[in-house]
Amino acid sequence: MPITKPVNESVQAVSLSELRWQCRRGMLELDILLNTFLDRKYSQLNETQHQVFTRLLQYPDQTLFDLLMANMPSTNPDIAEMVQQVRMAMVNKNRVS
Amino acid sequence: MSQIQRRQFDTLIIGAGGGGLRASLQLAAADVNVAVVSKVFPIRSHTVAAQGGVNAALANVINDNWHWHMFDTVKGGDYLGDQDAIEYMCRAAPKAVYELEHFGVPFSRLDNGKIYQRAFGGQSLNFGDGQAIRTCAAADRTGHAILHSLYQQNIRAKTHFFDEYFAVDLLKDNEGHVLGALVFNIQNGEVLVIEAKTTLLATGGAGQQFKNTTNALINTGDGMGMALRAGIPLQDLEFFQFHPTGVAGHGMLITEAARGEGGYLLNSENERFMERYAPSVKDLACRDVVSRAIMTELREGRGCGPNKDYVLLRLDHLGEEVVQKRLPGIRQTSITFLGIDPAKAPIPVSPTAHYMMGGIPTNRFGQVVVPVKDTPEEPVAGLYAAGECACVSVHGGNRLGGNSLLDILVFGRAAGNHIIEYLQENRYHRPMDESSVEAAMQRLQRWENPNPDGEPVAALRAELKQLMESHCSVYRTDEVLREGVEKIEQLAERIKNARIDDHSSVFNTAKVEALELENLMYVALATMHSAYARKESRGAHSRIDYPDRDDKNWMRHTLYSLEHGLDYKPVRTKPITVDSFPPKARTY
Ligand SMILES: Cc1cc2nc3c(=O)[nH]c(=O)nc-3n(C[C@H](O)[C@H](O)[C@H](O)COP(=O)(O)OP(=O)(O)OC[C@H]3O[C@@H](n4cnc5c(N)ncnc54)[C@H](O)[C@@H]3O)c2cc1C
Repeated sequence: MPITKPVNESVQAVSLSELRWQCRRGMLELDILLNTFLDRKYSQLNETQHQVFTRLLQYPDQTLFDLLMANMPSTNPDIAEMVQQVRMAMVNKNRVS
Repeated sequence: MSQIQRRQFDTLIIGAGGGGLRASLQLAAADVNVAVVSKVFPIRSHTVAAQGGVNAALANVINDNWHWHMFDTVKGGDYLGDQDAIEYMCRAAPKAVYELEHFGVPFSRLDNGKIYQRAFGGQSLNFGDGQAIRTCAAADRTGHAILHSLYQQNIRAKTHFFDEYFAVDLLKDNEGHVLGALVFNIQNGEVLVIEAKTTLLATGGAGQQFKNTTNALINTGDGMGMALRAGIPLQDLEFFQFHPTGVAGHGMLITEAARGEGGYLLNSENERFMERYAPSVKDLACRDVVSRAIMTELREGRGCGPNKDYVLLRLDHLGEEVVQKRLPGIRQTSITFLGIDPAKAPIPVSPTAHYMMGGIPTNRFGQVVVPVKDTPEEPVAGLYAAGECACVSVHGGNRLGGNSLLDILVFGRAAGNHIIEYLQENRYHRPMDESSVEAAMQRLQRWENPNPDGEPVAALRAELKQLMESHCSVYRTDEVLREGVEKIEQLAERIKNARIDDHSSVFNTAKVEALELENLMYVALATMHSAYARKESRGAHSRIDYPDRDDKNWMRHTLYSLEHGLDYKPVRTKPITVDSFPPKARTY
């Protein structure tokens, strides 16, 4: 069983500033992908998607890395869709800059 | 100050990476009442990023010996490493790895069931004869596996964790005893004084002082900033290892494997410029040679892109199949961060800051040591340091791959053991020095008051990173560094007057970033001054204007303190039991 940060049960209550801190990770790749998403895309999501993103952040770094670097697909369709969105935020940023 | 909450522990450990957790485990297992403070959830520490492995002369694949490992480490560090600490580390390495195995790290295995080992650069057999195979790995997730196992063991041993607490400053009395630290809870802003008979700094590196770095955002040198403010000098900060090929504009690594498979570098004139710098080995020259070559190309205007600030790493000639099969990680990195498939187009790259050899000076027991009168290494009562923030000086001027995980494990454990002894002789808490609590509070509260005239933290941080990149990365000359010193001194003054606009207490990341910026600034000051002063090339510190190593004048450690500026101390050339390795030319 992988270790994860204890879950904040009232997922809705997670503020943007708390999320910003949860996007601080042990790997630069994750910092960049997650913060780009938070800055550019997060505010456009609906409440359910906010919760999925919060859930995604609870994964251990190595799992997140494998998911976000497309080394491993998620079997959970919501998470898989969120991973895609996080990756797309980076793609779109590259296009603009 | 009575309203501030207080907690007492035998030992406070600041930092929950591999270094901090190895120390806390040693202590908790000996029933020491130990607290670990970490600004991020422990298993999000940077140790998780280490994929390559950890060195130990286990001789599982071919013959090996700790003494050869020691030779390689001394030589790799360009004879600046302390040979007593290096002997200790290399001898302790096999035990450190077997302990990890015992803690549950799932090392990769050979067919005979023994721990798998791989070859890394700079490792030799028989004092420089052939390639050794010494690096133990848990697939490509060694750091992750180590961190998770240590964390689980700590939970079992009942280590007390303060997760998402930010350590602001060390607390100290007039006699120089360290008494703990002032920290605050990032979640709600609540301040806490943690009183401890012994404090260990294990806050990791400071790659974030450079624009291009492989280091995560958390690597802001907080422990080093705390040490400097507590009057402790920093050692050998001019020695910062750069990796030649970081993804341009982002910094993450494109490993040597890319060039190993036949990739090569091109400048804006489509020239394979490494042919000029290293005619025989070309793109496979050592990291520092390739980094310097790239920087020279950029400085001479042959960089690519609108700002001419990167060169190109070409892989497409290898064919799609080779790139996909042999370099899948590199391909993904390039696609994800640049939108470029290296099987079709070259990857923009530039040198990236990777690892700091310097840090808070310690002896091989993990005690922080400072010069006092005629003694260069007097222990600071109650203060220890381990891991990348410390400089026990096993890496000297240049670290070998796989030796830093070893460093954090061996010296985390050694510090734990020494603390246990210290606590047996120092049973009681010393009275808290309230003026030191007050000083730390002032530093914290300064960010709670609006300061409309100040400049924003984010802009200042960007300026600092750019300044360090252009004046103190791999291209170092007297002129470049002198200008760098002037500019960093001016920037430091402006940073002291920085501004944040968020004054809330809940998850105030603006405040955290401001405190981090201050720490980065202190580390950058130390790095720039130390680099300017060292007029030779040794290890990762390479001066265009002083291309040779100068053992006569410079085989000594730099110390930089806020109060006294620069000072130097001798290298410990005498190992514990074996003969010294005298300096020789470092050729491979
Ligand atoms: C991409 C990459 C790959 C690497 N690969 C290898 C490898 O294969 N082999 C190898 O030997 N080395 C490798 N290294 C180097 C190695 O990973 C690090 O040197 C090592 O992990 C540092 O461990 P540490 O315990 O000193 O610090 P870290 O793991 O960085 O932990 C620092 C801790 O301090 C805490 N902290 C910091 N500041 C504060 C504060 N103000 N308040 C509270 N807590 C704080 C953090 O939360 C964290 O818990 C690699 C480095 C990088 C960047």
